[in-house]
Amino acid sequence: MTIKVLDPTSEVTKELVVSPARLRTLDGSSIGLLDISKPRGNVFLDALEELLIQAGADVKRFTKPTFTKPAPVDLRHEIASQCDAVIEALAD
Amino acid sequence: MDSDLGLFRDGYVAFVKEDCPTCLLIEPVLSRFADSGQLNAIFSQDNKNFPALNITVDDSNLRLSFQYGIETVPSLLKFEDGVEVGRIVGWLKSEWEDFCEFPDLCSESFQDFSPGCGSLSVNPDLLPSLEKKYGSGLGSRLVEFATTEDEFEKMYELGWSDGLPLVPPTSERVSRMLEGTTRSSDEILAAVPPNLVDLSIEKVAINAVMAGCKPEYLPIVLSALEAVCTDEFNMHGLLATTMPVGPVMFVNGPIRHEVGMNSGMNLLGQGNRANSTIGRAVQLTIRNVGGGKPSGVDRATHGSPAKVGLCFAEDEEGSPWSSYSQSQGFSPSQNTVTVFPGEGPRLITDQLSRSPDELARSLAMGLLSNCHPKIVLGMDAILVISPEHAARFTDAGWSKEDLNRAIIEHSIRSTDELIRGANGIAEGLPEDFAGMELPKFRPDGGLIIVFGGGGAGLFSTSIAGWLSGDKGSKYTTKEIVK
Repeated sequence: MTIKVLDPTSEVTKELVVSPARLRTLDGSSIGLLDISKPRGNVFLDALEELLIQAGADVKRFTKPTFTKPAPVDLRHEIASQCDAVIEALAD
Repeated sequence: MDSDLGLFRDGYVAFVKEDCPTCLLIEPVLSRFADSGQLNAIFSQDNKNFPALNITVDDSNLRLSFQYGIETVPSLLKFEDGVEVGRIVGWLKSEWEDFCEFPDLCSESFQDFSPGCGSLSVNPDLLPSLEKKYGSGLGSRLVEFATTEDEFEKMYELGWSDGLPLVPPTSERVSRMLEGTTRSSDEILAAVPPNLVDLSIEKVAINAVMAGCKPEYLPIVLSALEAVCTDEFNMHGLLATTMPVGPVMFVNGPIRHEVGMNSGMNLLGQGNRANSTIGRAVQLTIRNVGGGKPSGVDRATHGSPAKVGLCFAEDEEGSPWSSYSQSQGFSPSQNTVTVFPGEGPRLITDQLSRSPDELARSLAMGLLSNCHPKIVLGMDAILVISPEHAARFTDAGWSKEDLNRAIIEHSIRSTDELIRGANGIAEGLPEDFAGMELPKFRPDGGLIIVFGGGGAGLFSTSIAGWLSGDKGSKYTTKEIVK
């Protein structure tokens, strides 16, 4: 006797998302720096910003309201529409 | 199943479709067999006029094909006294002649063999809707394990388990589970984090079966999930944090007794089916439907046994005070579940205090170590107070509110002792907090007191919280809807 059970998962099929092409150069690129609002994330991002500017990048800074929740959709859209790449500072 | 028509009582029935070369091939055979009077009906899946005989019956809705488990056409089924006694599929001349007990069913020159085709009723695109319409009424995909497979091992392999064995969620068990609620199985309860997938009552029932719940527990599981799956509770954050927190749940109201929950001795431990499986069902649903798995979105450094599912009940009858849910404005007859972002339980011992003030100071000191003694105000807590500890307060006429206030007052510390670097410890409040007096918990709801536990033991238990409020998670109480 075979046994049949009901699938406990969402049964949602995953969508394949292709990563954007890697940047060839930082010079002239728009780079977003996302601070997730954890202590000392700004220290790391300040240092990165200096290095990026030296390499000729245009740096834009963004901040999540709280590190405990996913970034709001409007913020994600803002970053995607203004930046060629984004660097997120994860932790303290 | 249509036995009143008499078609399935004594004799033969066939299932065919026109879009099957073998069915077309054997049309004259079916015609000849029909003339013999033994073939009661031919159920046609795709053309009610094929074959053009007066015993052809339209089964284009596939109800009978589904209910009789037809996998191949042609299929020929034999019945005696309303019971199926055999079936053959495809075309093998000798087999048909034996099965029909009809030696001259076709001419000698007739083709000997032709394989059948797939029945429309097992078409993967149609099967889920047929299951829902004519089967158990459930819409979830059926997963079939082979006879030689161990279903318990297969469920582990499929990644459905939290590490403990699961009860196989068969259609029968899930249907019985759904009898525990008046809500429709296809009602969407919430969008379950982290993947924010629509969560149907049916999916919760499947996971509740796997967790080991009885049907009468289901309303508690459903309401707990509704409370957990909100932006305010932030289940995504509870999973993603490196801290060891899960949705800790406790229940108030008459349903505690109806389902046999434990609010007394060992209420936070093992041994009670309802306590052990309700929280587990919530966690399995988040895992399986929401996609929240350890080492995936769940990034806990150590985790905690509370993440398997921690659920208990308040001992309202033993309590000298009104219940927690009453303090939130619910009546004693209302059933509620409170969800709290919490760690595992930890004991606070005090076997020597005899006055209420001594014990309040002592409990406050025990609670100071939640998270870290030098971190205050960011996190709430549950204090499960035992009967013997509670008696120290009620003997002196203290209300629960008096106790709550006293603990918070006695937790006040000079921030000069708490700032970073103080007492030679780097961890602590930022330096600009120096020169203040702050309590461990916010006075407006930072400490939840719940009564419960065995009659003996001068202990209480602390359940430390995670980041509270808009920046983290807001605990909440929800009425249980049956």
